[in-house]
Amino acid sequence: MWKKVLIAAPYLWLLLFFLAPFAIVLKISLAEPVFGQPPYSQAMSLDNFAFLFSDKLYAVTYLRSVFMAACATLLCLALGFPMAYGIARSSRATRSLLLMLIILPFWISFLLRVYAWMGLMNNYGTINSLLLWVGIVDQPIQLIYTDFAVFVGLVYSYLPFMILPLYASLERMDLDLVEAAQDLGASRSRAFWDVTWPLARPGVIAGCLLVFIPAIGEYVIPYLLGGPESLLIGRVLFDEFFVNRDWPLASAVAIVLLLLLVVPIVLLQRYQARDQESTA
Amino acid sequence: MKRQSRFIVSVLAFGYAFLYIPLVLVVLYSFNDSRIATVWGGFSTRWYGELLRNEQILDAAFLSLRIALTSATIATIFGTMAGIALARFRRFKGRTLFSGMITSPMVMPEVITGLSLLLLFVSLQQLTGWPAQRGFGTITIAHTTFAMAYVAIIVQSRLMSMDESLEEAAMDLGGHPLRVMFDITLPLIAPAMVAGWLLAFTLSLDDLVIASFVSGPGSNTLPMYIFSKVKLGVSPDINALATLIILIVSGGVLLSWLVARRRT
Amino acid sequence: MKDFIRIRGVSKHFGDFAAVDSVDLTIEKGELFSILGGSGCGKTTLLRMLAGFETPTSGTIEIDGVDVTNQPPYERHVNMMFQSYAVFPHMSVENNIAYGLRKERTPGKEIARRVDEMLELVQLGDFRSRKPDQLSGGQRQRVALARALIKQPKVLLLDEPLAALDKKLRERTQFELMNIQDELGVTFVVVTHDQEEAMTLSSRMAVMDNGRFQQVGTPKEIYEFPANRFVAEFIGTINTFKGRVAAVAEDGIKVYSTEAGVTLTALGKQLVEEGQEIEVAVRPEKIFVSKEKPDDDDDVCIEGVVDDLGYLGNRSLYRIRLESGKIVQVSSQNRRRSVTRFLEWEDKVWISWRALSAVVLLD
Repeated sequence: MWKKVLIAAPYLWLLLFFLAPFAIVLKISLAEPVFGQPPYSQAMSLDNFAFLFSDKLYAVTYLRSVFMAACATLLCLALGFPMAYGIARSSRATRSLLLMLIILPFWISFLLRVYAWMGLMNNYGTINSLLLWVGIVDQPIQLIYTDFAVFVGLVYSYLPFMILPLYASLERMDLDLVEAAQDLGASRSRAFWDVTWPLARPGVIAGCLLVFIPAIGEYVIPYLLGGPESLLIGRVLFDEFFVNRDWPLASAVAIVLLLLLVVPIVLLQRYQARDQESTA
Repeated sequence: MKRQSRFIVSVLAFGYAFLYIPLVLVVLYSFNDSRIATVWGGFSTRWYGELLRNEQILDAAFLSLRIALTSATIATIFGTMAGIALARFRRFKGRTLFSGMITSPMVMPEVITGLSLLLLFVSLQQLTGWPAQRGFGTITIAHTTFAMAYVAIIVQSRLMSMDESLEEAAMDLGGHPLRVMFDITLPLIAPAMVAGWLLAFTLSLDDLVIASFVSGPGSNTLPMYIFSKVKLGVSPDINALATLIILIVSGGVLLSWLVARRRT
Repeated sequence: MKDFIRIRGVSKHFGDFAAVDSVDLTIEKGELFSILGGSGCGKTTLLRMLAGFETPTSGTIEIDGVDVTNQPPYERHVNMMFQSYAVFPHMSVENNIAYGLRKERTPGKEIARRVDEMLELVQLGDFRSRKPDQLSGGQRQRVALARALIKQPKVLLLDEPLAALDKKLRERTQFELMNIQDELGVTFVVVTHDQEEAMTLSSRMAVMDNGRFQQVGTPKEIYEFPANRFVAEFIGTINTFKGRVAAVAEDGIKVYSTEAGVTLTALGKQLVEEGQEIEVAVRPEKIFVSKEKPDDDDDVCIEGVVDDLGYLGNRSLYRIRLESGKIVQVSSQNRRRSVTRFLEWEDKVWISWRALSAVVLLD
């Protein structure tokens, strides 16, 4: 009896507030926009999806979002891997300090951390002042409101998501393995590619998915740091909904985005389930 | 311990500088008397004064705190139940769907979660008249939904690493299963529940996108207020607010880190 | 009371897999009974069914005349000492021990008295207010024991009671357990994978494999007269000789073995027929090695050469190669101290054993 309550209470909550909403989004994505409250009809058609695929703007935006997220993921990996490696290989006391410093930003408001970069990358911001003062440039360079700024913001915000799973798999790894490889005649770089990298792969996959998935739908970073031309899909959805008040189209945008994410999300869940089994 | 290569050490230095320099600068500028961020106009705490006199900010902060406290608490209760169910009941009807629904909200893009919940609330209102208005209640429900996922995962992994025979031993000694949960399971997963609560609390305070969707007119959470302000550019009183948050959070994290380190 | 625990036709299936396969067993009151087997043989599942954590797929379990097959663990008068000890980490030693009585709503005074008794029994009086993480492995084990015994169970189940202790402590604890069992007269059922542990502890034991009992008997019976090949090989080492039954006589079964090159005599309760292919088994410590041919006619003597030898301190191990190529293991006590070796590689030797040391193995 109590067992049933234990399962049923969170189950029902999630069915009502997590699963049911998706059914409604799907339903509304098939409706037509009308004036009124609520601003959609009861009709059913695939017009919104047809429109999404016919208007090049949407396809370009989806592709741009995927491209930006993928680039940000690779940048995070390039920076995060050596960092995670360094943390995993440092002495125990330093390790716990370094880890704490990776986790600390998690607890500070995401919005405020993105905001911090606005002050840095402003035309009259810290970086430009510094460059002017040193004399590298003689007039401010455009940093904020560019794709570069969006990348910086994405890497900055999602770096911890990359480092933590990488650290977990690197820390579990036996250092003797690398030494054994070197003992058997592998050069340092050979030993890295033959031993360290394959063993770290679960962490690499998890880290990449944890960065890639949320980065695709990111709204705040491109809004605050990106230029008007860096239109990403999260922004499009938001604007269709709030600015154009086209709820059915916004729903269709959401459905397509969700379909785009199904594969990475399922991959991530598979990986996490396996990881949980192996540690249990 | 082998010495780290120079490459690794320099990447680490760069990485941490990258993570922390923006935060340090925000803290510095918050004491800048000048309205223009990069011109140093002398030390001043006037932005803190302005912050405390800004009623809009205070209202928003108060609303956010109320939502965070409520949603973190409900999320901890439901998340703990879900975590126990997932860790201890290997087979039940719909387990796959259940565990999928638990983990998905964590990776779901916020715009989708926000949109879908708003559409649910609108449809519910048409059908049942509830929720009559959107605000505290709807934001709390939204935050509870995605935060309970985090609590469930933390509790579940704590339970997985816990010796299951502890609960069996208690049952063997005459404890009824429900009793055993209160005698053994809950005390042992209490640290995970506290961690989950704190995380849920922080996530709720942090959320902008979902709250923007499901809030109604007149109910602005703190992130919503900050966003509306920083859309227009850098603002000194936001620097002061950010500094307060950075200092409080860093203090808390540092303290708990020191306590944890001393204990081991 | 005879037949204190009565297990009748008990099976437990997990999906298609039969962890326990129609097992029958009776255990008498006050016995110290061991179930011995390798991992995955079903011994733990059987124990968990006795405790009530698993319900049998079929069959019944009776304890003291009461059918407990479907009783939940918290209603059975059976307590268990877990392999991990499962000492509650957030409770002091005292509270751990008192837990079971508190669930029975025993009056406080009574609880205090019985906790004191138990602390004395397991010699943990000085540690009563400590938390488990301040105890050693051996002390935690005694907390687990006291906690299970305080409820005065009809049966105490012990899951690998000594596995987590180091070798020295294991030997001491083994005797402590036997003393406590003797003193309280509680029926103990021990599950273990360690044959030595099972042999020293138990008054009777069962050897289990593939969810079935292969043999039930006293340790001596099982060691000296293994019922089948599995039991013979699982407990200790054994030499086997393939052969054909030549005659079934009063004083044993005569078996001609080409591997041994001679006719062997073996004891066996099993029914065999003339001409049947069987195996004859001899334990290594029953075999003597000598350079001269022994002159006792009753003994079986076979010639061979030393293939390999090893010095283990208290005894030496030899591998003797017979003419057929068969290798025979011999274990001999080093009674005399000597620096030089008594035998060298490729020495010609004779191995011999008392004719009746051998037993018949059927499968």
